[in-house]
Amino acid sequence: MRDALWVGMMVAATCAMLSCFLVLRGWSLMGDAVSHAVLPGIVVAYGVGLPLAVGAFVAGLFCSIATGFIQRNSRVKKDTVMGVVFTGMFALGLVMFSRMESDLHLDHILLGNILGISRSQALQTLILGAVLLVVTWVKRRDLLLVSFDRGQAKVLALPERLLDYLLLSLLSLAIVVSLQAVGLILVVAMLVTPGSVGLLWTDRFDRMLLIAVGSAVASTASGILISYHLDASTGGCIVLVQALVFCASLAFAPKYGWLGRHMNRRKGKENPV
Amino acid sequence: MTEAPFDLAVEGVSVAYANGHLALRDASFHLSGGTICALVGVNGSGKSTLFKSIMGFVKPVSGHVTINGAAVKVALKRNVVAYVPQAEEVDWDFPVSVADVAMMGRYGRMNFLRIPSATDKTKVEEALRRVSMWDFRDRQIGELSGGQKKRVFLARALAQEGRVILLDEPFTGVDVKTEQAIIDLLRELRAEGCIILVSTHNLGSVPEFCDQVVLINRTVLGYGPTSEVFTEDNLSKAFGGALRHFHFEHSTVQDHDGRAIRVLTDDERPLVFGKDGHLEYKDREGREDILRQREEET
Repeated sequence: MRDALWVGMMVAATCAMLSCFLVLRGWSLMGDAVSHAVLPGIVVAYGVGLPLAVGAFVAGLFCSIATGFIQRNSRVKKDTVMGVVFTGMFALGLVMFSRMESDLHLDHILLGNILGISRSQALQTLILGAVLLVVTWVKRRDLLLVSFDRGQAKVLALPERLLDYLLLSLLSLAIVVSLQAVGLILVVAMLVTPGSVGLLWTDRFDRMLLIAVGSAVASTASGILISYHLDASTGGCIVLVQALVFCASLAFAPKYGWLGRHMNRRKGKENPV
Repeated sequence: MTEAPFDLAVEGVSVAYANGHLALRDASFHLSGGTICALVGVNGSGKSTLFKSIMGFVKPVSGHVTINGAAVKVALKRNVVAYVPQAEEVDWDFPVSVADVAMMGRYGRMNFLRIPSATDKTKVEEALRRVSMWDFRDRQIGELSGGQKKRVFLARALAQEGRVILLDEPFTGVDVKTEQAIIDLLRELRAEGCIILVSTHNLGSVPEFCDQVVLINRTVLGYGPTSEVFTEDNLSKAFGGALRHFHFEHSTVQDHDGRAIRVLTDDERPLVFGKDGHLEYKDREGREDILRQREEET
């Protein structure tokens, strides 16, 4: 239980930080795509005895690079290509899984099983999560600049392509570490919701990161506790709490929430400029 | 700043699209600082392609661009090329403040952690003060007017200490007062030895503040001092049929209306040609002889 809490909070923090970039770049669907596309990688890695994280990472990266490549070399739009590629890869994973004898549980991969995490897995997740967290935080300004104004990044001779791949790699690895917690169907919530909560509360990027991380960590901890006491799906509880936080932010955030906007409009009517 | 004058050489540059179609063919021109040079041509004439090749975003299939004799790539590493984008290229909802944007000009000079030093902070403050945006430093960029947005990105170029500054349509969506402020600032930068390249379709403002012009239509049609290159003939060549002409006939102007010409226009300046060059001119210093001569003629 204590292990689960630590792992959950680490996963939440890692995903939350990345979610800020995904939300700002309009890459939300990319998070969904990569998380589904890791399945064949996991199955293959299990089959040949590699760490599951390695297989997942390669498959996730393949998905995003293949999407970019097909889009550049065809007239089909990016979201469409992505839809085809990630469902195709997910289906491949399902077929491979059904043909393989294993003691892997498909529902653990799809839905997560954080309360049943082993000590060594927990340690592995904590270390990988911490590395991702540090790398993202250190490179946040560069990653923000390539998302905000590519031209400026190029003019300053920053390695913008490399930074794109860095973000993709961080994304794939974050998905790998969160599979255990929420499973690959719900990972996308961890990768989108905290960032949008942050964006609703502030218009400074560093604050957005902190709010996203804070809200995600708190929701995850309470989600795990609730699921433990209700004996309900852990991944489901975590994501549900996050969704509620999002709804509350949508309503009550001071500047960009509905209530705040309504108040501002009334203030504007009372004292017209 | 007393550095050696900068020079920019574009030699025989051809750029092709992915489909093999040439966007720019054998374009050549030469500029040395300080100068404000207008890049004039219709939409699709290759203005932005030329910009992109100067910034190293596209690789020419032949020819090359050099800045102070060095390849573009080397110049970019030295952070001497600065770029002021068009408003549409930027997502104004991003959670960044005016000061954050100006600080982005300094990234190339920071270490990989991008932690601003005291110098970086002073440069940003100086730049923002220079465009009168220091008081707005904590505003989110979406909350600014069109003119203020332009000035923030100009401040970023200043903070970067760029010596070759490229501005893409700097006067679109900008009020008349800001336009004048930007022009004044560009003149100061010219005096400091910068090469300023302005892509514009706002012809009326060109003789107002640009001392040189590059006319472009798929290739460089001509370049040089504004008074020599920016003529009615050349412009007709560059724009083909895309320009609207209004001729003020002898009868309407001189007799009928008592020698008064009135030109009304929206926010863009009209380009008015008279005999032997431009009628309207704000920098008349040094041209007293022409003025006197014209006086006598009337």
